[in-house]
Amino acid sequence: MVRLRFLARYAELLGREEAMLDVPLPATVADVVRRVRDEIPGGERLPERPMAALNLKHVRLDAAVGDGDEVAFLPPLAGG
Amino acid sequence: MGHVTTEPISPGALVALVAAPECGGTCLFLGTVRDGPKDGGVTGIEYTAYEAMVDAEFERILAEARRQWPDARVAVRHRLGLVPTEEASIGIAAAAPHRGEAFAACRYVIEAVKQRIPVWKKELRTDGSALWVDPQGRPAVVGPE
Repeated sequence: MVRLRFLARYAELLGREEAMLDVPLPATVADVVRRVRDEIPGGERLPERPMAALNLKHVRLDAAVGDGDEVAFLPPLAGG
Repeated sequence: MGHVTTEPISPGALVALVAAPECGGTCLFLGTVRDGPKDGGVTGIEYTAYEAMVDAEFERILAEARRQWPDARVAVRHRLGLVPTEEASIGIAAAAPHRGEAFAACRYVIEAVKQRIPVWKKELRTDGSALWVDPQGRPAVVGPE
């Protein structure tokens, strides 16, 4: 099970800020994206290749995901 | 202390955090909410963040700055919530024995912030509209990318 976080505009697009998702392991962040787009209502509004963070660190979509991890989807950053 | 706040950023407090007898140069950067001639009447910006990651990423960026400029002392605050036009959304203070290191460390941190800190902004306009802003400064198209 992984915890999902949808930030800023993605939270508005999907109508939720968090979700839990059962993902067969081994899996990558890209696998999680596919399942979000297929299984979560409104998930198709998430881009196919969003910026992502795993346990509070930026990662590429081929990063491995483990049980209990937090995967966050980040719209283009605009801090500062 | 964390690196985010919903209170106005105090430049004096930031400078005090990095002040040290051995530092002869201090560089202070403030990023402020702008309403320029082409910005369409911005009254303020609402900043939101992935707060836990903001603190973690700031720690990584500051550690990188310390490795590159070991004698520099750097402090940073990012403001969240509604920031009115002209007020600071971010403040960075860097102090070092000489000005070159202070400028370099300060510049390094703000450029890393722009690339890596998970913060987003929604521009509030005089006409009552509110638009997410993309990294190039243009209002974002509403809908999937």
